[in-house]
Amino acid sequence: MIDEGDHLVIGDHKLTSRLIIGTGGAANLSVLERALVASGTELTTVAMRRADAEGGSGVLELLRRLGITLLPNTAGCRSAAEAVLTAQLAREALETDLVKLEVHADDRTLLPDPVETLDAAERLVADGFTVFVYTNDDPVLALRLEEAGCAAVMPLGAPIGTGLGIRNPHNIELIVARASVPIILDAGIGTASDATLAMELGCDAVLLSTAVTRAQDPERMACAMRSAVSAGRLARAAGRIPQRFWAHASSPPR
Amino acid sequence: MHIHIHINGEEREFPDGSTVADLLTALGTPRQGVAVALDGEVVRRANWAEVVVPDGARLEILTAVQGG
Repeated sequence: MIDEGDHLVIGDHKLTSRLIIGTGGAANLSVLERALVASGTELTTVAMRRADAEGGSGVLELLRRLGITLLPNTAGCRSAAEAVLTAQLAREALETDLVKLEVHADDRTLLPDPVETLDAAERLVADGFTVFVYTNDDPVLALRLEEAGCAAVMPLGAPIGTGLGIRNPHNIELIVARASVPIILDAGIGTASDATLAMELGCDAVLLSTAVTRAQDPERMACAMRSAVSAGRLARAAGRIPQRFWAHASSPPR
Repeated sequence: MHIHIHINGEEREFPDGSTVADLLTALGTPRQGVAVALDGEVVRRANWAEVVVPDGARLEILTAVQGG
């Protein structure tokens, strides 16, 4: 097969799949399971919330049974201090040093707060975490987060859950062009072509949840996203033709 | 003697001298996949049986759920 052995390496983790799935938004665990299996994902996010007497939602058992690596997030945190404590609790509960750092500025946009995010990233790196950082599509901030020691930088395509696709493809290309850590397009993906575009722009992977879990047929959309990421990765490696204003005959002249 | 502790935002009463492990047992919280913060600091799993929870403490017990 073409590009066999094309792995995504982040910290000590080596992944064959370049599609990371978030577990939020699925109607139930059985829908989620079918979607995860169809997506071929090897890394999947979970959130940390207050435990009730019945324990968790069963999502941990599901991910362990499927052999999928956990990526706990700090969703819902508004400050660096909150995010650091949540990451430390996740490490203790799930026995992993992986964390998806996200510090949201407000509920309406769920946009990353750049100041708190950078502060938290520095503290988590110093504390030994492998930090996957959710950030704006800001090429300057992306570089600062890389310099802070983040293992992967994850710019958004559009705000979480909007399905608006990649609003500023040029910024994503700028981020990719200067990065020496993996760049993962996170948030905003609406459909398969968005995921393909992310990979064509040079992203190393795509992280999405709502586009699959809230699709009318999550399993089928997961399958589409798997193909889309793979197609975009191949197209990027293959090298596209330059865009031209005028036609350029592909048949020989008479 | 009893102490009052805020667990996940709810005030509860426990016997004086209760450890984190005692509280988890009394609450029926599963041990796997959870983590505990006492007044904003993580209590390592290995220390649950030794750490005595003081009166008025705020305890957060977290677990993983679908999200992200």
